[in-house]
Amino acid sequence: MSGVIDPREPVLTVEHLSMRFGGLLAVNDLSFEVRRGDITALIGPNGAGKTTVFNCITGFYKPTEGRLTLAHADGARHLLERLPNHAVNRRARVARTFQNIRLFSGMTVLENLLVAQHAPLMRASGFTVLGLLGLGGYRAAERAAIERARLWLDRIGLTPRADDPAGDLPYGAQRRLEIARAMCTEPVLLCLDEPAAGLNPRESAELTELLRRIRADGTSVLLIEHDMSVVMEISDHVVVLDYGVKIADGTPGAVRTDPRVVAAYLGVEDEEVEAVEAEVGLVLPSAGAEA
Amino acid sequence: MDVFVQQLINGLTLGAIYGLIAIGYTMVFGIIGMVNFAHGDVFMVSTFIALIGFLILTTWLGVASVAVALLIVLIITMPLTALWGWAIERVAYRPLRGSFRLAPLISAIGVSIFLSNFVQVAQGARNKPTPPMLNGGFTLFERDGYAVTLSYKQCLIMIVTVLLLAGFWYLVQRTAFGRAQRACEQDRRMAALLGIDVDRTISLTFVLGAALAAVAGVLYLLYYGVVSFSDGFVPGVKAFTAAVLGGIGSLPGAVLGGLIIGLIETFWSAYFSIEYKDVAAFSILAIVLIFMPSGILGRAEVEKV
Repeated sequence: MSGVIDPREPVLTVEHLSMRFGGLLAVNDLSFEVRRGDITALIGPNGAGKTTVFNCITGFYKPTEGRLTLAHADGARHLLERLPNHAVNRRARVARTFQNIRLFSGMTVLENLLVAQHAPLMRASGFTVLGLLGLGGYRAAERAAIERARLWLDRIGLTPRADDPAGDLPYGAQRRLEIARAMCTEPVLLCLDEPAAGLNPRESAELTELLRRIRADGTSVLLIEHDMSVVMEISDHVVVLDYGVKIADGTPGAVRTDPRVVAAYLGVEDEEVEAVEAEVGLVLPSAGAEA
Repeated sequence: MDVFVQQLINGLTLGAIYGLIAIGYTMVFGIIGMVNFAHGDVFMVSTFIALIGFLILTTWLGVASVAVALLIVLIITMPLTALWGWAIERVAYRPLRGSFRLAPLISAIGVSIFLSNFVQVAQGARNKPTPPMLNGGFTLFERDGYAVTLSYKQCLIMIVTVLLLAGFWYLVQRTAFGRAQRACEQDRRMAALLGIDVDRTISLTFVLGAALAAVAGVLYLLYYGVVSFSDGFVPGVKAFTAAVLGGIGSLPGAVLGGLIIGLIETFWSAYFSIEYKDVAAFSILAIVLIFMPSGILGRAEVEKV
């Protein structure tokens, strides 16, 4: 499986991804790439199929068609659509967050970060047996896990609240904690589903800072986001979806001025779309012809 | 007062056994939201494993010391019963995961019937007695000819239960496995996305529940000195009741519920009538649930929208 390491090889390659729910084609023949070390944004109006793409990447849905290849820097390749749920994280090293907060609210902040390091701890503890006896390097592994958790607590500014139940944190802090928890699994690709939703401008700015830091540390990020200021500010690459079809793919600047994106986002009526398209001299295949 | 103290001791002993079984119900319910009706029969199987082990040790191998024999029995009964727990989950529940909610429940009832019939056929329908062991005890005090005693058996049962619960509490609260188990209880999908093998965690939950039931089984055999293939049902239902009373899904709740059920039963038997002890226990369950629908220590389910 190992090959020559090309640093610019995409970390995630999505090829001809389709996802059908009964009669509904939620994602239609979608192909795009997430380049290593980039923040890639996946945007589009509500119902465009963004979260469905995430669910396919993280093993929640088995795609109707298509291939999702995740390449590690050492050349190892994983076909995500074939991995069971937990292996997407453990082996392929993909982590994600959800639109709604899914912290383990009954556990403490620190425990939330330790749970994310379960797999290496389990190995070190000899599947608990050795750990209970205090053997097998478990203590060292536990120390390392706590160390990593502390590092992230520090980065997201939650060190003073380490032992509070995660459910007691304010909303913005919970959002940051979710990202930190995902990062504690040491992912090569971090998928964030609307991380800025519900954040105030200051929290948004903190989030942007956090994401930059994550990118700088070498984790590639795939981001669904409605807050265009966040998207335009931090993404290196933007993929635009509408009705499950990719309508644009490029740098933030290029995407921003793309007439199809503008039309999709302004939510203009069909006739007006045609008018806009006519204006810019563009012919789009109609939705009926695609399905 | 003397009778009261004596019944308190008896009730706590019985309650400890119920509590150990109840943990199995409550843990499985917590993690997959299913009532494992076969758990009582797993407990019954463990009493038979313990009985057979004990007889082999004492009569064939000639282990003279009861204490040593009991210890060995405990050590072999736990993994063997745990193996049953693991196999049941693997064969009867895992394939039905993702099916409709009632499917594993029906499957559990099937496993329960299978186990009791299997033991009936394999071991016979008659009650199996053991030679009395660990007789005697401490006389705490004596008044007007009524001696309040704490038998060695009761001592052993309480000590084993307390030690086991302490160890178990440590396992759930302080180890990586315990964290994973609690994480799966709260959100299985999220846990999987953090790299936790949910299926394995569920398997281990069944294994642990069965191992605790096995300890309860050994203690039960020791305490009553007789077992029967039908012994899974009533203690099973009582332990399930204990889990519900304490708040299903809550570990301390299961133990508390077990103790309460044990106490109600013994006190009712002592002061009123032994025939109605189960009626009393279940009536109190009903009354408590009317006022505290999620049990004594249970958390109310709050669905966030």
